[in-house]
Order: sequence, then C-alpha cells, then structure tokens
Amino acid sequence: MTTSTSLVYLIALPLFSAGLLLLLGRIADKWGHIFATLVSASVFVIGVMEFFAMQGREGEARAATQKVFEWISVGTFQVDASLLLDQLSICFVLLISGVGTLIHIYSIAYMSHDRDRRRFFAYLNLFIAAMLLLVLGDSYLNLYVGWEGVGLASYLLIGFWNQKPAYATAAKKAFVANRVGDVGLSLAIMIAFTQFGTVTFAGVKEGASGASAGALTAIGAMLLLAAAGKSAQFPLQSWLGDAMAGPTPVSALIHAATMVTAGVYLITRSNFIFDASPTAQLMVVIVGAITLLFGALIGTAKDDIKKALAASTMSQIGYMILATGLGPVGYAFAIMHLITHGFFKAGMFLGAGSVMHGMNDEVNMRRYGAIRKVMPITAATFGLGYLAILGVPPFAGFYSKDKIIETAFYAGGVEGILLGGATLLGAGITAFYMTRVMVLTFAGTKRWDENAHPHESPFLMWAPMAVLAVGSVASGFLLNSGNALVNWLEPVVNESHEHHSEHFLPPLAISAMALVVVAIGVAFAILKYRTVPVVAPENVTGFTKAARKDLYQDSFNEAVFMRPGQKLTAGLVKTDYKVIDGLVRVVGWVIQISASSIRNIQSGYVRSYALIMVLGVLALVAAVWMVTL
Amino acid sequence: MSILTALQLLPLIGALVVGILPASNAKLVKQVALGFSLLVTLVSIVMAISFDRGNSALQFTEVRTWISAFNINYAVGVDGMALVLILMTTILVPIVFLAGWNESENGRWNVKVFYILLLILETMMIGVFAATDVFLFYVIFEAMLLPVYFLIGGYGSGERAAAAMKFLLYSLFGGLLMLASVIGLYIISTNQGGATFDIARLSELTIDSATQNWLFLGFFIAFAIKAPLWPFHTWLPTAAKSATAGTSTLLLGVLDKVGTYGMIRFCMSFFPDATKTFTPAIITLAVISILYGAFLAIGQKDINSLIAFTSISHFGFITLGIFALTSQSLTGAIFYMVNHGFSTAALFLTAGWMIKRRGSTQIADFGGLQRVAPVLAWSFFLAGMSALALPGLSSFVSEFLVLVGSYAKYPVAAILGTLGIILAALYVLLAVQRALHGETPAPSAGISDLNLREKIAIAPVIAVLVLLGFYPKPALEVINPTTKTVMINAGVSDPVAKVAK
Repeated sequence: MTTSTSLVYLIALPLFSAGLLLLLGRIADKWGHIFATLVSASVFVIGVMEFFAMQGREGEARAATQKVFEWISVGTFQVDASLLLDQLSICFVLLISGVGTLIHIYSIAYMSHDRDRRRFFAYLNLFIAAMLLLVLGDSYLNLYVGWEGVGLASYLLIGFWNQKPAYATAAKKAFVANRVGDVGLSLAIMIAFTQFGTVTFAGVKEGASGASAGALTAIGAMLLLAAAGKSAQFPLQSWLGDAMAGPTPVSALIHAATMVTAGVYLITRSNFIFDASPTAQLMVVIVGAITLLFGALIGTAKDDIKKALAASTMSQIGYMILATGLGPVGYAFAIMHLITHGFFKAGMFLGAGSVMHGMNDEVNMRRYGAIRKVMPITAATFGLGYLAILGVPPFAGFYSKDKIIETAFYAGGVEGILLGGATLLGAGITAFYMTRVMVLTFAGTKRWDENAHPHESPFLMWAPMAVLAVGSVASGFLLNSGNALVNWLEPVVNESHEHHSEHFLPPLAISAMALVVVAIGVAFAILKYRTVPVVAPENVTGFTKAARKDLYQDSFNEAVFMRPGQKLTAGLVKTDYKVIDGLVRVVGWVIQISASSIRNIQSGYVRSYALIMVLGVLALVAAVWMVTL
Repeated sequence: MSILTALQLLPLIGALVVGILPASNAKLVKQVALGFSLLVTLVSIVMAISFDRGNSALQFTEVRTWISAFNINYAVGVDGMALVLILMTTILVPIVFLAGWNESENGRWNVKVFYILLLILETMMIGVFAATDVFLFYVIFEAMLLPVYFLIGGYGSGERAAAAMKFLLYSLFGGLLMLASVIGLYIISTNQGGATFDIARLSELTIDSATQNWLFLGFFIAFAIKAPLWPFHTWLPTAAKSATAGTSTLLLGVLDKVGTYGMIRFCMSFFPDATKTFTPAIITLAVISILYGAFLAIGQKDINSLIAFTSISHFGFITLGIFALTSQSLTGAIFYMVNHGFSTAALFLTAGWMIKRRGSTQIADFGGLQRVAPVLAWSFFLAGMSALALPGLSSFVSEFLVLVGSYAKYPVAAILGTLGIILAALYVLLAVQRALHGETPAPSAGISDLNLREKIAIAPVIAVLVLLGFYPKPALEVINPTTKTVMINAGVSDPVAKVAK
C-alpha cells in the first residue's frame, strides 16, 4: 500500500464547491455553473494523474490509502475517515469524474433557461463528491456515507422541479426505496462488526475465511438488498422509472452511468463475502436474471423515451449484477459492462435530452419520428450508442455483454443453461426495444406537435454526446484488448484463470447465437413499427398492458405495503387517542371528580400548585425525618 | 466556588436583574436576558475546555451541607455525560431566546415573567445534570416542572392550560414514585450504617433483589414518563402542540433528557440486578416506541405533534442503546441525547417560524415553501434530514452506534429498530413534500424568508449537526469514559467478535 496525501481532494473539492454555491445563493448565479464545471474537470484531472501514478507502481504498491482523520472511535468500533484508491476504485473515479464533467458541460446549455441553474450545478457537485466517497471509502461505513449522500443528491435532483407534485412524489419514492436497501446495508455492517470486530474492507476480507457459512450468507443477502435498492434491482426497481422526473442530464449521470451502478460496485467490492457463500451468489444471479428480463420487458412498451431508457438501464444493470454472482470470472466482466454501459447509456440519455430540448420537452416517442433529418449529430451519436448496447461487433457492448452471456453459460449444468438462456433472451428483447426507440424517434415520418420546431442542439450539448459516442465505439475493444481490464482488476477480485475450452459451447458459437437473437429482435421491431399511431393503441395484448404498468410492481407495492401501512397508521393514530390517551383522560376525570370537594384549590391555581409543590418537598423532608427518628 | 455553581448562579442573577428592569421596556428585557444566557454559554465553554477528558471521575465538584440532619448536601460535579448535556443546554438557551424573540408577547403575563421563567429554568437544567446528591436531584427534578408549566400554560397557544395541566399531573405522578424510591434508598443507607443521599455512596449499597426491583421501578417509571416511552407518552404531543417553539425545544431537547440521563445515572448504578431483570422488558418497550412513534408521526397532521412523535421514536433508540449496554450502544445513546437536542431544536424552531408566518399548525396548509422562502425551507429540510439520521449529520453517528452496539446482544431488537429508518424517511419526506414542495398556494405566497436574527439563531444549530457528523471525536472522547464507568459498575463487558482478528 502506498500512502497518498491527495486522495481527499477528489472529494473535498466538489463538496466545497457544492456548499459554496448553495450558501452564496443568487450572488453566484452568474458564474456558478462555470465554477462547478471547472471543479468537476479538475477532479477528473486529479483522477487521471492518480491513474498514471498507479501505472508507475507495481504489485502491492499500486493501491494507495489516505487516512484523513479519526472518525468514530468507541470501544472496539474504530472507523477512520480513510480513503482507498485501488484498481477497482480508479475505474469508478475516472468514470464518475469523466462522464460527470461531460454532463456538467452539457448542462450549461441544457439548463441555461432555468432560474435555478446554480442550484442544479451545486447538486451535481454534491453528487460527484458523494459518489467518489462511495467508491473511495476504505470501510463499509465510509461507503455508507457516500451511499446515502448520492441518495440525497438523487432525491434533490429528481425533485429539482418539485413544484410539480408528481416530481416531488417521484423523489420521495426514490429515497424511500433506497432506504429499504439501506436497511440491508446497515444490517450487513452490523453483522460484519459482530463477526469480525471491524468494518473495513481489508479487515472483513481477512476475517471472511474464518466465518461461518450462515454469517457470510446473511451478510451477502443484506448487501444484495442494499444493491437492489440503489441499483433498481428486483424487487426494489420501481423507483427508477419515476426518477426520470429529474432533468435529463441527471438521468444520464446518476440514473444511468454512475449511481445506479453502485450496487455492482458494492458486490464486486465484497467479492470475499460472495465467493465464500454460494447461497448468496445464487441469490445474486437470480435477482440479476429476473431484473434483466423484467427491465427489458418493460422497455418494450414504454412510449416515454426516458422511461424506455430507464427500463433498459434496469435491465443492463441486471446483466452486471448477474455477472457479479458468477464468481471471480464475473466481476471483471461486470465492471467492463458497467464502464461501456456508462458511455453508451449516458450518451443515449444525452441524446434523448437533446431531442427533448428541440421538441419543447416532449418525451412521447409517438410524437417524434424522422428526427434524424433535423438533428443529424444527435441521431448519429445516439445510433452509435444503439449499436453498442445491441452488442454489434466491434462496438463496446459486444465485448462486455458477450462476456457476460458467455460466463453465464459457463456456470455449467442447469444453472448455466437457465442463466445463459436468460441473458440471450434479454439480448434479443434489448434489440427489439432499442430498435423500437430508434425507429420511433429518428426514422419514419414526422409525427410532431404543431408547435414543435426541432433543431440540432448547440455545441456545448453535442460535444459531450460525441465524446461519449467515441466511448461507445471504442471502450469495449480497449478494455478487452490483451485482457486489459481483467488483468488490471485481478489483485482486487482474485481472478481465477479458468479454462473455457472444456465447455460444450465455444465462445464463438455463443457470440454467433447472440448475434442471431439480436438480429431477430431488430427485424421484429422494424416490421412492427413501420407505421406508428400517434396515440398509443388501447387494444393491445395483456402482456403489453402489463409492461406499460411496469409489470404491476407498483400495484403490488401499493396493495401489499402502502395501503396496509396507511391503514395501520390511521388505526394507530385512532388507538393512541382513544385507548391510550383515553385511559389517561379517564384517570384525570376520576381525579377531577374526587377532587371536586376541594375545588377551591383550583381557583388561582397558579399559586395553589406552587404551594402543592412546596408541600410535596416538605412531605419528603418530613418523611425522611420520621425515618431517622 | 466551583465553576459549576457559578454556572447555575449566573442565570439566576440574570433573572433577578430582569426582575428589576421596567416591564415596559420589552426590548431591554430581552437583550439583558440574552446577554446573561450568552455569558452562561461562554462560562460553560470555558468549563468544557478545562475539563480533563481522559478522566472518568466527577470534576468541578463542590459539596456544601444543606440540611445536616439528613446528610442532605448541595453536591455537584460532572462527568463526561453531564458535561455534554450541560453544554447542549447552555448553547440552546440563547438560541431559543433569539429564535423566539417575539413569542413572549402574546402571553398571559408580560415579557419579563417569560424571561425570568426561562432563566430560572436554565439554572435548574444545569443543576439537574450537575447534582450528585439524590435529594438535590429530586428537588430540582420536581421544581423544574413549575417554570415549564407556566411557560406552556401562560405563553402557549390553543388549549394551553389543559396541556400544561396534563404535563404537570403526569410528571407529578412520576415524581411521586421516584420520591418513594428515594426515601427507600435513604432508609437502606441508614440501615447499613451511613445515612446518605450521595450518589456514589448509594451505588455501593447492597440491596436484595426484590427491594431493588421495586426501587428500580420507582425511578424508571418517573424517567420513562419524562423521556416518554410507550405507553407513557401521550402528554408529550399535547404539550408540544400548545407550547411555544422555544419551550418545546427546551422541553423535548433538554428536560426530556433528564429521563434518559436518570436511567443511566440512577437506575443502572443503584440497581444493577434489577437492571438485568428488567432489561428484556425495557428493550421491548424501546423497540415499540421506535416503531410506534414513527408510525404515529407518519399519521400526524399537526406539525408540532409530528415532531413530538418523532421524538418518541428517538427516545426509543436512546433507551435501546442504554439498556443494550455495550460500549457502542451506550456511548451512542448518550451522544444521541445531545444530537437529538440540536436536531429537535432545529425542527421546532423552523416549524415555529413556519407556523408564525402562515398562522396554522396544519402541515396541509403549507406547500411550495421552497419557492417563496428558500432559507427557511432549507433549514427545515436539514432538520428533517437530521431527524432521519442522514449520514454526514451527527444523528447518524449516534443512531448507528446504538444499532451496531445493540445488534451484538439483541439482534432482533436491532433489526426491528433498523426498520425504523424506513419509517423515518417516510415521516420526514411526507412532511417535507407537503410543506415545501408543490405549487405555492395563495395564502403561503406572501410568506417571508428568514430574517437576519432567525438566520443567526439557526446557523449554529445546523453547524453543530454537520460538524459533529463529520467530526464527532470531541464529543465521543468525553462520553467514552462515562460509558466505561457505567459498564464496569454494571459488571458488563462488550461481546467479543466471533472471528478473532
């Protein structure tokens, strides 16, 4: 381990900037967005410098730590505010600050007409600080602070236009769903402390080998719950669609590229727990598999472009979560897909924002069509992201998603076939819904609202989209060439060098199958959406109806948790007044009746009660005096 | 004279000075009262700086014979726990003065009486934590009821007389039970050859377990009413609904802490066996309070009773931490008392400003405040974040310590308590959404943002919540020795981690 003195600036700079912009208020309106963008860019520069510094160090010395101060010290519970920059966290530092800076730049133009643009940028910086703390903390408790910090930033940004009641509700829903996950994280930390006497990653890793299977499974299950809340995985996924209420750059940064992938980070970071608990791993792959299909199916029926992309995010993170459940081979591929997804999904979200920007904030794809003619750059960058998510070679998703499908098949036995089948099926559905988005938005004939006059977005908006498009094209190839990412992450995730040759399906065959499935999905969508009605048809299959309603997760939550909860609350409020306080009132009433004979005490009660008090004290003195006699 | 005695005398002198000021000059009365309270803050900070942090013994002690026939002394001294609670008190009082600069003007009596009552109350609040003689503690414990009674009944709103009476009767009932136990202790000490009210010497008595149980209950019920645990809680929302924001702050922030403080100081050190006997039952009550308080808070329509119910939930956490009795849970519980003081202050004071501006206590009558009064809205929001124990704020540190410490010994209770964090998110965010978000309705449109005085009042509260959240060391360092002493006296040690490092 190398000792660093500069890691803290990665967090301190954006945190300070956020605080400053919020405290200064309107004074900073003129330059707040520039300042915040510069801060974000300088964080990226520091990150890049750290990355190159790491390359210069070998082996054990590659990771760096910094103890900032002693945070909590009570008995054996010792938690320092300490940071850890290792091969895993640097990937995130670069992704967060890099994509973060692009989105800052984009937002300068996108939010230019908003009266609260400064506040928006303050929140963005707050998010960057919290997210970096999340990935740089060296213990579960430090991570927790970042974990809730990004939750807060997400809440503030989803509800950025909270004067609209629906948006305020969406923000609250996201926070509460995340809190359900936080219960998991809290409990995981409590179990870990009880088991190992420490909550640092290093300490838990050291202890994990000696822990009972039950304890490890419990910790793993709780971490999975936390990951499900943050990463919108089944059954806590329902907040993500509503979270699209936030400004689109936020959807790109927080609800696509970075924050929602924190669950993948958490599980990868805790690889020593999951590797030691096959039961926990099984739970992880099940959640991942369900969510990747769940999200993909929802995506097929959404007309709101942002909600379609959100469903896609849910599904793609399902792929990543599934990969993390596949043991040492899976982690690196999960992270690879996380990075490539960060590029292509953020790019597509910014593209969606660009379209909305030109279409009076219209999000209904049925009112789009033929946008490619008026917004060629947006169409091109979006298109590259589309090819990437489909997994068309040589675009980014081809490398990362194919690896996950492969690894799923290689899990072996029935599990391998089921998981491999699910990932393959997911790829086909992805191809369908993404083609649908492409066709509805960019191809076909125009179905615009008469007031819409779409135009290409300004340079500050399309430049970040172009950079992300380059990432959508090249990142997969770069990360995969010479197994770069796999080797890089090996010290963190203990990559085992398995030989794939013994498997019944060679990688090439799997790639071919995936491509065929994707082609079918694409073809099906093109055929189906040759004509697009402006109003969503009502006479659709039960399946489409279900998908439009997010497969009824909200209805389920409302029926099982919300309404009984409301009833319980109302019942308790009534009981509290009628029974508990009622009892008290009865007692008071009895006292009053029995005291009516000496009612004269009540008059001028101020003096009387003072007197009673004095008498009470005198009574005490008298009692004591009699006892000592 | 110990600095502790000086600290108690100062507000009393302030009350006397205010007493001779002309009642017609309300402004001067307020300024003098504020001046004295700031002086008290200053002296208490000096005391905190000169406090020997590593030392677990009582410091700044002073003993003077009061009633020699019964060995009753004016005996004071502080350990870490008392110190942080006194410091919290002396910081909150001037903030309350400043925040509620005009809340004394609609009272039954004049402004002078208001400030005299508050200054006398401050003396008592310091004294109750400083007392090391049970008799002295009891007298202050009871006497404190009076100024609060008059503050609610004389300066509150709504059904203030009834609320004040309910508060008084409830508390007197608890006090009577405690009185019986105090006398019982005195008898036992007499029988064992050294009649005393000294806390340290009473802790050394040998008491058979049946007697312990009865005496324990006398103290415990008094304290469970004070820091209301379910089902002794119904006086609190009534009182909070009627009291002024400042009174509520001191009532829930400081006075209620006497209950949880007493559980540690008296119940645990006098009756170790009874403590063990009753722990399962008390932990059950604590968990019920956490969840019950939270559910009730979700269901409230009145903003003050919402805050009161959140406090009942939080007192559940504190009680859980105390009786789980591990280093983390107990230190967490003591730290929680301090944080809850500031957190509740932030809630009541900001809510008070909202109510004053809008002329309604109903949450539904607000809405869209963020648009018209952003600083006020932010203050309320941050207070809410503190109530739901957001990491980065001090209440997170204490709540997490309570839970992680409790989990080692009472996993089921800790798990149920942890579920409370979801409910906390609901009760805070529902209120935030209703009051701050959405379109601004016409009656709220004219609401003004905080003025300079109000900003100065709320800033230190928020600063404390943030600073202690990131850097709780100064507080934890002072509290840890107390925790150690309590655990040694109780003969308890921390559970050992299952997998040795």
